[in-house]
Amino acid sequence: MMTTKENILSPIGKEGVGPNEFGYYGTFGGAFIPEMLYPNVDQLKTRYLEIMSEASFQKEFRDLLKDYVGRPTPLFFAERLSKQFNTQIFLKREDLCHTGAHKINNTVGQILLAQRLGKKRIIAETGAGQHGVATATVCALKGMECVVYMGEVDIERQAPNVARMKMLGATVVPAKSGSRTLKDATNEAIRAWINEPVDTHYIIGSVVGPHPYPDMVARFQSVISEEMRWQLKEKTGSELPTHVIACVGGGSNAAGAFYHYINEPSVKLVAVEAAGFGVNSGMSAATTQLGRAGILHGSKSLVMQTEDGQVVEPHSISAGLDYPGIGPMHAHLYESGRGTFLNVTDEDALQAAFDLAKLEGIIPALESAHAFSALKQMTLNEKDKVVICLSGRGDKDLATYMKAMRV
Amino acid sequence: MTRIEKLFSEKKQQKVLNVYCTAGFPKLDSTLEVMKSLQANGADLIELGMPYSDPLADGEVIQQSGAVALQNGMTIAILFEQLKEMRSIINIPVILMGYMNPVLQYGFENFCAKAAEVGVDGLILPDLPMYEYESEYGQIIKKYGLNLIFLVTPETKEERIRRIDDLSTGFLYAVSSSSTTGSNKDISEQEPYFKKLHDMNLKNPILVGFGIKDKQTFEAACKYTNGAIIGTAYIKALGNGKDVQMATKEFLEKIV
Ligand SMILES: Cc1ncc(COP(=O)(O)O)c(C=O)c1O
Repeated sequence: MMTTKENILSPIGKEGVGPNEFGYYGTFGGAFIPEMLYPNVDQLKTRYLEIMSEASFQKEFRDLLKDYVGRPTPLFFAERLSKQFNTQIFLKREDLCHTGAHKINNTVGQILLAQRLGKKRIIAETGAGQHGVATATVCALKGMECVVYMGEVDIERQAPNVARMKMLGATVVPAKSGSRTLKDATNEAIRAWINEPVDTHYIIGSVVGPHPYPDMVARFQSVISEEMRWQLKEKTGSELPTHVIACVGGGSNAAGAFYHYINEPSVKLVAVEAAGFGVNSGMSAATTQLGRAGILHGSKSLVMQTEDGQVVEPHSISAGLDYPGIGPMHAHLYESGRGTFLNVTDEDALQAAFDLAKLEGIIPALESAHAFSALKQMTLNEKDKVVICLSGRGDKDLATYMKAMRV
Repeated sequence: MTRIEKLFSEKKQQKVLNVYCTAGFPKLDSTLEVMKSLQANGADLIELGMPYSDPLADGEVIQQSGAVALQNGMTIAILFEQLKEMRSIINIPVILMGYMNPVLQYGFENFCAKAAEVGVDGLILPDLPMYEYESEYGQIIKKYGLNLIFLVTPETKEERIRRIDDLSTGFLYAVSSSSTTGSNKDISEQEPYFKKLHDMNLKNPILVGFGIKDKQTFEAACKYTNGAIIGTAYIKALGNGKDVQMATKEFLEKIV
């Protein structure tokens, strides 16, 4: 499909990229949920595509993306970075979205959906706090009550985002179980939904969770690659790059950046996971390297777990990648070989953040810094056209950057 | 006929008391002692929970008991080892309750085979949805002669309740209110829901669970149903550090 700027009411997402009707991408996906969640998830499953294709929904979604989020986000040719790697590197500037990351593409979509489902109250989980802020933001915009679950560890390491959520009127509830990070925040949000199912919509922040969440979130984020296509065409004469690189926590910015290229076999899709202290250090979040097929948060995917099927506590310096699973779509990209999965350590991600700041005048989120460091592991030449999804900006990570003492 | 089916056919007029306990809690080797005490003090049925790191449907108390059990080293393999001689001392029905992931890692068919071998009668797998049951897992469960108990909630539509009743064997688990385990929502307010289930004349007996904590809530839950399930309140009683037998006796005395 040709995607143009004028093509404002193009469908959100498209056929042939999503899962089958039961939510499966290959052998991954599904909806492994307790009966208490069935009515909500079933309602979503039955109605999401119909609601998303309504002209009034599309118009409101597109208008908000344009006037509120600030889309289209620029595609920036990074000249000095390109020179360093002897190739052509373009940055998809999701860091310039309102609230500072791609997360808001999804929350705008889901809040409009929640309104049309007659929901009164929103809950969400958050890791880095970017999804929490993006959710609190759209709740303020629409006058809805908002409760965000966040691991105690993350509340500490992402303090500025906690303050932002509070200022936006959200209640932030600390998740105190397990590793007290994103996985546990997600558990708490799901439990909260079980306890208040009727008027509440749960805005999941990544392409994880039971069907239809992975597909729904991927469709809302697909605007990223929809824009990349016409922007690249304007800049290079072709809609197709040779590589798209994105970091993967749950995988929503990667899903959005890959989406309209999944059926273009010439485009290499590079997903970058967080290796933490190193894949084999016991302190890592590189799910495809360390995980096996299992069920987490309502879908079958690759999951980091013990031999006995207990989910293990991951580690990443970046709260948004500190998750022991990946979305089922990515598990399928990995298993089918369509996606290339690399991983980057805490140390290397930090270095890449400092390099990008000095080279291009852009301070990236720690999550996005992982995608930049992957360049060092790739063989590229001057003819290649590489798009990196710069998923978010680094304001929230300044405390970590200052501790790293390279400034 | 499983022991569960026999129990309900024999106890037509009486109310059935099902008590939940967590395998490997409070100590790794408490499992059988807890089960023995439950049987000795009037439980009709035991729901034995297999601990999991991410129990989505459970409130804090049962989560905590699972965390302790995992800390104690409990695994499905160890549990089956502990249950090897179960049937020489336990004659009431036993149900294993657990989340899908550890069961899948053990191997679903292996798990069912082992469960049947040690004398388990049924399974409750709250995150096994109907679709997956029908397309893949149901036939394995049936092959080993185990009952599979599905859940219904106050939000479950009548037509779906009938489908779930069709697939369920042993009994139907009626979750008392929309909540995780151990909720404080008022049971007495749910009478119309229990009555509706009763009046639907379902194929399976109905046991009510979630939020049943004492004689009063037990009786409220049983008025229109075949019995009730106590979990959180018993785990709390066990967790107070008392001797298992004493704690169980004191707890069940007030209910049966
Ligand atoms: C800037 C940024 N990038 C990436 C992520 C990781 O999420 P996902 O993998 O869903 O894109 C996060 C999550 O918090 C984030 O804030």
